[in-house]
Amino acid sequence: MNFLAVIGRITFSFLQAAGRLGVFAATSLSHMFSPPFYMRSLIKQMMTIGYYSLPVVGLTALFTGAALALNIYEGGSRFNAESALPSIVVIGIVRELGPVLCGLIVAGRVSASMAAELGTMRVTEQIDAMATLSTDPYKYLIAPRIIATTLMMPFMLVIVADVVGVMGGFLIATGKLNFNAGNYMSLTMDFLEATDVYASLTKAAVFGFFISLMGCYHGFYSRGGAQGVGISTTNAVVSACMLILLSNYIVTELFFAS
Amino acid sequence: MTNIPKISLKGLHKEFGKKVVLDSLDLDVMPGESMVIIGGSGSGKSVMLKCILGLLHPERGSIKVDGEETVNLRGNGRKNLQKKFGMLFQGGALFDSIPVWENVAFGLLAENKVTRTQAKEIAVENLRRVGLSPDVAELSPAELSGGMQKRVGLARAIAIKPEIIFFDEPTTGLDPIMADVINELIVERVKEMGVTALTITHDMSSVRKIADKVAMIYKGNIIWTGPRSDIDHSGNAYVEQFIHGKAEGPIQMEILKA
Repeated sequence: MNFLAVIGRITFSFLQAAGRLGVFAATSLSHMFSPPFYMRSLIKQMMTIGYYSLPVVGLTALFTGAALALNIYEGGSRFNAESALPSIVVIGIVRELGPVLCGLIVAGRVSASMAAELGTMRVTEQIDAMATLSTDPYKYLIAPRIIATTLMMPFMLVIVADVVGVMGGFLIATGKLNFNAGNYMSLTMDFLEATDVYASLTKAAVFGFFISLMGCYHGFYSRGGAQGVGISTTNAVVSACMLILLSNYIVTELFFAS
Repeated sequence: MTNIPKISLKGLHKEFGKKVVLDSLDLDVMPGESMVIIGGSGSGKSVMLKCILGLLHPERGSIKVDGEETVNLRGNGRKNLQKKFGMLFQGGALFDSIPVWENVAFGLLAENKVTRTQAKEIAVENLRRVGLSPDVAELSPAELSGGMQKRVGLARAIAIKPEIIFFDEPTTGLDPIMADVINELIVERVKEMGVTALTITHDMSSVRKIADKVAMIYKGNIIWTGPRSDIDHSGNAYVEQFIHGKAEGPIQMEILKA
């Protein structure tokens, strides 16, 4: 009897949380497309999320591309397929590793930061204060963050991650594995298709939306002082990472499942 | 002075789960009156303010402002109502990501009715009205002392020229001299602007300085109301115990005994 009650309680609280997240997402979306728009806040968020994430995203992509090239060369040499290195690197980076690693890095950096900032604003009554000043917190705080992350992920961070990741493979292949630079680039460009790039950018936009949604949602509903903000921050990062991996599979299935 | 109360609460009921915080609370605040609500921690003072501001939704009861029902107001109706209110929060609730002057002018900038240059001039003027020099305008809220943060909070509350100002424990955490300075400022600004003021506090020196009328809240209900001059001979055992800060009396603190 108690066991059933526990299952019931867990199911009920899961549905309650899912419903609250759904309402939060719908409210946020409606505020993203209706005025007033706080352009100053949006530009600030675009700088924070896009520009300031470039170094960490670039370094991650560079080393991942380099390591990928070494692994593929070594693995390919077992059945004389070393020449496939440029094509596998570009497909691996553009379709999968560029957007996913960039998403996970940005989730750690941006989602945590949003949850901590909004959580602190919640527990120090700053969000309540904003409402008393005739300013809708959804419009001023949530909408600019979601728009900025959803735009910056595909149009800045993942493009950079894709290019730098391929460059990482190129540098190792030409500098260490004796590939000809011209041939490498030619094979890379020949093998890359427009669909690969569309898939990469679509994943980036979806990941960006989930990263900001989770950061804002957990921060906005923070409770209980410093400990509550800490819990929200952890939950934001974990849930954003899980959603990135889940949606990565779904988008891959949509684009490439034959 | 009109006979319609500026704020009228009738049968206001709010509960969180099984805990009843406001229990059929009735209160009238007349235009231009400075009403101070006293009561112990957890007696429902802050919840009452948040219900009036629309930050919390009561389960039952009526909240009228200028004779108009406000409980179910949404959208522009709620936004227009918010313009009547200014609030000084207990912890200041200053936005720590923007400088002091933007905090003070936040409500004006949100309305897009003034340029940033004009907003800064208005902010500096309001800072002067609370005894702060123009050089404070460029500082971050984190660089201010507790007393200065309260003053900036007061400047922000009066900058939007509200008809009603709420003061949530305005002297909490301040030394007695700074507390008196804040009390003086509140009295001066409220009289100068001719606004209706509703203050919640458990600081009796604030009560004696700010109040025209005093009400005591206990277990979610108003148990005594009277002019400030009657506070010392109210004939109410709860009020007597509270104003003299005695452990013995009808008010029993919920303390777990080992």
